[in-house]
Amino acid sequence: MCLGIPGQVVLLENAGGLRMGKVRFGGIVRDACLEYVPEVAEGDYVIVHAGFAISRVDEQEAARTYQLLEEMGQLAELDQADVDVEPGGNDSAGSKPDG
Amino acid sequence: MKYLDEYRDADLARRLLKEIQQVQRRPWVLMEVCGGQTHSIVKYGVDDLLPRDIELVHGPGCPVCVTPLELIDKAHAIAARRDVIFCSFGDMLRVPGSECDLLTVKSRGADVRVVYSPLDCLKLARKHPEKQVVFFAIGFETTAPANAMLVWRAKQEGIRNVSVLVSHVLVPPAIEAILDSPWNRVQGFLGPGHVCAIMGYREYEEISARYKVPIVITGFEPVDLLEGVLMTIRQLEEGQARVENQYVRAVTREGNQAAQELVAKVFEVGERKWRGVGPIPNSGYRLREEFSGFDAERRFDVAAIDTQEPSVCISGEVLRGVRKPHDCPAFGNDCTPEHPLGATMVSSEGACAAYYLYGRRQKTTVGG
Repeated sequence: MCLGIPGQVVLLENAGGLRMGKVRFGGIVRDACLEYVPEVAEGDYVIVHAGFAISRVDEQEAARTYQLLEEMGQLAELDQADVDVEPGGNDSAGSKPDG
Repeated sequence: MKYLDEYRDADLARRLLKEIQQVQRRPWVLMEVCGGQTHSIVKYGVDDLLPRDIELVHGPGCPVCVTPLELIDKAHAIAARRDVIFCSFGDMLRVPGSECDLLTVKSRGADVRVVYSPLDCLKLARKHPEKQVVFFAIGFETTAPANAMLVWRAKQEGIRNVSVLVSHVLVPPAIEAILDSPWNRVQGFLGPGHVCAIMGYREYEEISARYKVPIVITGFEPVDLLEGVLMTIRQLEEGQARVENQYVRAVTREGNQAAQELVAKVFEVGERKWRGVGPIPNSGYRLREEFSGFDAERRFDVAAIDTQEPSVCISGEVLRGVRKPHDCPAFGNDCTPEHPLGATMVSSEGACAAYYLYGRRQKTTVGG
């Protein structure tokens, strides 16, 4: 839960006043919020937890840690569903109770 | 069990082990606080490599594990509503409530979605103005800045169809609860690396001084853990009790100021219930009054839900380091990761699940 995945900031973006960026992890590029690492520039490496960069880290360190997480099978959160995808697997045979 | 040769830094690991053997004179009991560290220790057999009379006991540091049953039941009640899109980190989907898990709720037709970032909920809320988007905001201090930003932005942008079901817990009060227990056996702590990346470690200095216990803020790799053990043992053998930072590459004494500031704007400290442990005063976050409009518990009136834990499970004692997974009569038979009865079996960062997954089904003579 508290693991952070290191990646490289490949693009800085501004989303309605929010500092965001594209971060590359191995072969995957994902959005991350950069509000908490104001000093970060394109090309820098960051540790990302729950879609937020929490600290800067150097390149060698990032590569090592990424390999270790891969070994440990701890990169699942990078593959988590994109919310723009409508949910599947809803066989609405049963009616939903109003809770 | 892993062998040293399988470590990427086998030479460094060997040197650290040798140094631990040279420094250590007496038996010691250490606790790693963070579930990520527990997972790493059990997977790589770090505890099996240590001298026999250095015991590592596993701490309460898995937010998924310590989320109380009643809150999971509240999540299910909210998720089952027709007007709700219920969002969660992936780790919560298989955690059983008293009747089933979120995946089952979803299979019955509820709109339950896994998000990568809490900010994804803002996208969803804008896209579905007719729906209520609810986020299950769980975690330790590491996750609090992300969850705080969701609430902060929702308020700033005037997005009204978003709310959060908060179950935020804090590490320092859990350490204090362990040290205050009459059954406490822990003599030194490996502190949680990423929690301290956010919070820094000033709070830990106060605990270390008051309880006269060494705390070494430690990373997650096998060699980090070995070095953390070495630093802790060295302090214990010298009769020292202070905070040291092994995880210098990610942690500073002051932590991440920008993250701390936003967390303090959105959340305040209050009592939280821990699964397997019970209520601990000032051990978690709740929304500040000015953000109470975003509190899913208020919005959906689930206050009446109150669930009790199954009595056979000893996860509370496992979480406090008093007992080990094998000491439980249900471990590995009635209680498995597929059918967890309690906190420490529900996620791979829980001690029971880590033992089960990495083949420690039997009590061994090594490492407890």
